[in-house]
Amino acid sequence: MINEEELLKIENIKRKYPDSKAALMPVLYFFQEKYGFISDDSIKEISQLLKISEVDIKGVVSFYEMFHEKPKGKYIVQVCTNISCMLCNSENILKAVEKKLGIKCGETTKDNLFTLEEVECLGSCGTAPVISINNRYYENMTEEKINSLFDNLK
Amino acid sequence: MEKLILPDIKGLQSISVYEGIGGYTAIKKALKMTPNEIIDEVKKSNLRGRGGACFPTGLKWSFMPQNTDKPKYLCVNGDESEPASFKDRQIFEFNPHQLIEGTLIAAYALGVKTSYIYIRGEYLSWIEMLQKAIDEAYEKNYIGKNIFNSNFSTDIYIHRGAGAYICGEESSLMNSIEGLRPYPRNKPPFPAQNGLWGCPTTINNVETITNIPVIINKGGEWFSKIGAEKHPGTLLYGVSGNVNKPGVYELPTGTLLTDIIYKYAGGVKGDKKIKMIIPGGTSMPPIRGDEIENLKMDAESLKSVGSAIGTAGIVVIDETVDIIKILTRITKFYWHESCGQCTPCREGTGWMLKILERIERGEGVSSDLDLLVEIANNIEGNTVCALGDAAAWPVKFTIKKFRKEIEERIYKSC
Repeated sequence: MINEEELLKIENIKRKYPDSKAALMPVLYFFQEKYGFISDDSIKEISQLLKISEVDIKGVVSFYEMFHEKPKGKYIVQVCTNISCMLCNSENILKAVEKKLGIKCGETTKDNLFTLEEVECLGSCGTAPVISINNRYYENMTEEKINSLFDNLK
Repeated sequence: MEKLILPDIKGLQSISVYEGIGGYTAIKKALKMTPNEIIDEVKKSNLRGRGGACFPTGLKWSFMPQNTDKPKYLCVNGDESEPASFKDRQIFEFNPHQLIEGTLIAAYALGVKTSYIYIRGEYLSWIEMLQKAIDEAYEKNYIGKNIFNSNFSTDIYIHRGAGAYICGEESSLMNSIEGLRPYPRNKPPFPAQNGLWGCPTTINNVETITNIPVIINKGGEWFSKIGAEKHPGTLLYGVSGNVNKPGVYELPTGTLLTDIIYKYAGGVKGDKKIKMIIPGGTSMPPIRGDEIENLKMDAESLKSVGSAIGTAGIVVIDETVDIIKILTRITKFYWHESCGQCTPCREGTGWMLKILERIERGEGVSSDLDLLVEIANNIEGNTVCALGDAAAWPVKFTIKKFRKEIEERIYKSC
């Protein structure tokens, strides 16, 4: 359940839109930041807060890449493999990250620290290849940089 | 050459530096003009949209009804999700106040009380940078109630996307803001009549809006004389791929493609030959390496080689790269990002991907290329939004331009 202070924050989000339904995406981010993912319980709560049916919320959550219906690792590691990165060695970057973390794309490490994903273009084509960790970009990535990048995170 | 969007000024992202170089004087000037005078000035400038479609901005603005009881809205599109496009983030990072000022002028000209700047969810750092600038502007009462002591009040909010290419399509973007599953809408009705919450709405790209303060300060006529006659101004050319100095270069429209690649982007890595250029994001038809001599980068000139300027995101691909690998990766993107609303796009993108993956594995057959073109033709023009075309064009036109090479690749593996 959300507390009064959080409720105030949600009211402030709602004020940006003439229809409170439009607050759905920012409110989903709010719940995801709090719980790490969007659970069925959260959907029920949001449904009451914004007067949107649960099935409509589910339809939005499932559409977007960045809303998670299941828990992921503490660090979500995303390697872009679209063409600008592909032309700058992203395939080997991805292999090196898989080796470093000991998991394949789509998997989470046993300690729930890292989830690894292959993603579409992150808009970092001029500084390719790029790795995003919890939406922070690490650009001009090289295989050599990978060890220190992950060692510093732990 | 004077840079209009990204001048080389240190610390420009702070409001004091921006004001020091004449920032926020265009909005003050605009508030003394009538909305129609502003729209006329933008028409005179011949500014065309920088999001890919090159639609004349002044004309788009004139579609907004003036006598309506409904609230009106402005959406500034910073979804920047077309692969190989990375220009708008430069504006968020290095010149956010000019974007804010342009938004304010557009809002005043269109009678808009609320503007939403839609930014892709992955750009969290850039959302924070723009929000900081918006907060600064609110503090000075440059946004909000009675801005600059005028009768005009307007708000600007950022709406964060959540990782969906389709939300860069304007009607999908509006559904995304409304909190709906963001399927594109049928057109007509067009947004100027029936946009956000059924109200008149204009959607402009971030770079387009950032040009507006310059046009107001220096005049539409002055602007119309920069670069290519029918597509004036500067462009933020984003160069990526096999070049020595990838990055965003602001240059006039109509700059030679070879100058962009060799003079600015440092030439091709390892001095290799160019096999293929994608001139404006991955959905634009590719150009062969032997077609780039004397080719100018603007909307009209690119038509001569059967392509288009798109977002001016240029991908340079050298002679060693496998064309099928490129085309397969591009098609995988459009298959992944198809929203699933229209059957031709939902099924066609997956079908094309399966065939291309088969060719990439060396299991292609001679009839595959005709089949790919047939599928692409059946997607193109048969969907609610332009994602269908965006998926069809790279397939159709890569085969058209590189047919011999692809056929040889298929026969070699037979």
